[in-house]
Amino acid sequence: MITSKSDEMLVQLNGAGVRKGSNWLVRGVDLTVSPGEIVTLIGPNGSGKSTTAKMSLGILKPTEGIAAKRKGLVVGYVPQKLSIDWTLPLTVRRFLRLTNKLSDYVCRDALEQTGAGRLVDTEVRHLSGGELQRVMLARAIARSPDLLVLDEPVQGVDYAGEIAIYDLISEIRSLLGCGILMISHDIHVVMAAADQVICLNGHVCCRGTPSDVSKNDNYHQLFGTRASGALAVYEHHHDHTHLPDGQVRHADGSLCSSCPGEHHGPEKDTHSHPTTDKQDDLTNVG
Amino acid sequence: MLDDFFTRALVAGIGVAIVAGPLGCFIIWRRMAYFGDTLSHAALLGVALSLLLDVNTTLAVGAVSIVLALILLTLRQNETLSSDALLGLLSHSALALGLVCLAFMTWVRVDLLGLLFGDILSVARLDILLIYGGGALVLVVLMVIWRQLFAATVSPDLASGEGLRPERAELIFMLLTAIVIAISLKIIGALLITALLIIPAAAARRLAVSPEQMAGLASLIGIAAVVGGLYGSLNYDTPSGPSIVVAAMVLFALSLLPLSRLLNRVSSKSKGERT
Repeated sequence: MITSKSDEMLVQLNGAGVRKGSNWLVRGVDLTVSPGEIVTLIGPNGSGKSTTAKMSLGILKPTEGIAAKRKGLVVGYVPQKLSIDWTLPLTVRRFLRLTNKLSDYVCRDALEQTGAGRLVDTEVRHLSGGELQRVMLARAIARSPDLLVLDEPVQGVDYAGEIAIYDLISEIRSLLGCGILMISHDIHVVMAAADQVICLNGHVCCRGTPSDVSKNDNYHQLFGTRASGALAVYEHHHDHTHLPDGQVRHADGSLCSSCPGEHHGPEKDTHSHPTTDKQDDLTNVG
Repeated sequence: MLDDFFTRALVAGIGVAIVAGPLGCFIIWRRMAYFGDTLSHAALLGVALSLLLDVNTTLAVGAVSIVLALILLTLRQNETLSSDALLGLLSHSALALGLVCLAFMTWVRVDLLGLLFGDILSVARLDILLIYGGGALVLVVLMVIWRQLFAATVSPDLASGEGLRPERAELIFMLLTAIVIAISLKIIGALLITALLIIPAAAARRLAVSPEQMAGLASLIGIAAVVGGLYGSLNYDTPSGPSIVVAAMVLFALSLLPLSRLLNRVSSKSKGERT
C-alpha cells in the first residue's frame, strides 16, 4: 500500500489485481474515489467486487498493479459478513467503539440516523440481519470518515429501510463530504445515488455515470420510481467467462489468453470503451 | 509471611489467576484453546532445557513457548497443513522431545508429576517475583493493545480496513500467552494450564455484559478457583493443578445455574474461602 500526498484522490487502484494460488480473483482494475463521490461496484457473484474493495482498503495487497490511498485517510468500513460468537459479550454501544473512541452522543446520533437508535443496549449477536446492517453502517458513520466503504450495505434490510438507507448514504456524502465506495446487487436504487458505476466480471467490464438516465423524464414516466429504468441500461450479457487459469472463454467456445480490457458496452454495443479513457460515460445510450 | 510454603503458593496462584482471566477471554473469543495446549505441552521441553543448561525454569519455558509461537505463525503462513494439524504436530513433538531429553539426563531427578500437575511445594520467592513482574508486564501490554486486539478478534478485515494492524496484535497476543504459560507452570502444571485460562473465562461469560467486564470477572473467578483448589490440595493431599481445575470446574457449573441464585452462591462461597 502506497500512501499518496495528493489531496484529490482518496483511494486509487491502478491496474490492480489479486491472485490466490493460481486463480486470479480480479485483474486490471482502475478505480479512483474522490471526496464527495459515490462509486458503485456491481457485478455477478464471484466477480471480484469484495476483493476490489479490500484492495482499496489495503486489507489485500494487489499481486499486480498499484493500490494507493491518501495519507491519514479515515475509513469507515461495513464488511459483507460479520459473525459474533456467543462467547463474546458485545453490546451495540461497545461495538460502535470497536476501532476508536467515541462519545455517547456521537454513538446515539449515528444510530438514530440509521434508524437503529433503540438498539443501543442490545447484544450484537441478537440483532437480525437488517438491524446488524444498520448498526454496522452507524458504526462506520460515527467515525466521521473521509471514505466510506460499504459492502452490500442493505442486505437483509426491508424494502422501506433500503430506500431510507440509500437516501442516508447520499445525505452523509453531502454532510461529511466523504467519498463512498459501495458494492450492491440492487441496481435500481444504486443507480439513483451513484456518480460512477463500475461493473466487474473478474475485470472491469464497463463503467459510467447513471445520473443522466435517472434525470430522464421518459424513464420516470415509464417506470414510476426513481431510476428503475437504469436497470435496462445496465442489463447486458456477459459474453465471456473468465477461467481460473486466467484464460477467457468466449460465448462461441473459443479461448484466448487474456481479456482485452474494458469492452462490450451495455445493452447493444452502441459505443466502445477505449481503455485509455477511464471516465468514459455510457449513459449516452439512453 | 512468604516463609510459609502455602502462603507463597497462594500468592503465586492469585497472581497467575489475575493475568489468566483477560488472556483466557481472548483465547476463548479467538477459539485458540488448542494453541494454549500446544504451548503448555511444549513447556516440558523448556524444563528439560533449563536443567540441561542450568538456567531458571520459568525463563527457559518462556523462551521455548515464544519460539514455538513464532514457528507456528511462520508455518501457518505457508498454508500447507491446517492450523489444528500443525498445533497437534508441534504440541506432541515438543512434549515427546522434552520427555526424551529428561530421560537422557540420568544425573538429574525430575519430579515429572510435579511438572505435569503442578507442585505448590516448589514455589520459591523468585517464582513469585517472576509471576508478579511478568504478570504486570503482560497486563500492561494487554491494556495497550486491547482495542486493537479486540477489534481484530471481532473482525480482522474490519480492523485492518480501518487502519489497525490485526497481525501485529495477534503476534503480541501469542507472545503474552507464552509468557503466562511459563509463569503458571509451577502452580498448575503443564497439562492443565489451558484449563486455568479458559474455564474461569467461560464461567464469566454468562455474568458479563461487556468484554471488559468478562475479563475482570474471569480474573475473580480464577482467584476463587486458585484459593479453593489450593486449600483442597492442602487438606486432601492432592496435586495442586488438578485441585485448582476441579474448583474452577465447580464454579463453571455454578455459572450455569439461574443468575440470581448463582450470584448469591458465588459471593457466599468466596467469603467462606477467605476466612
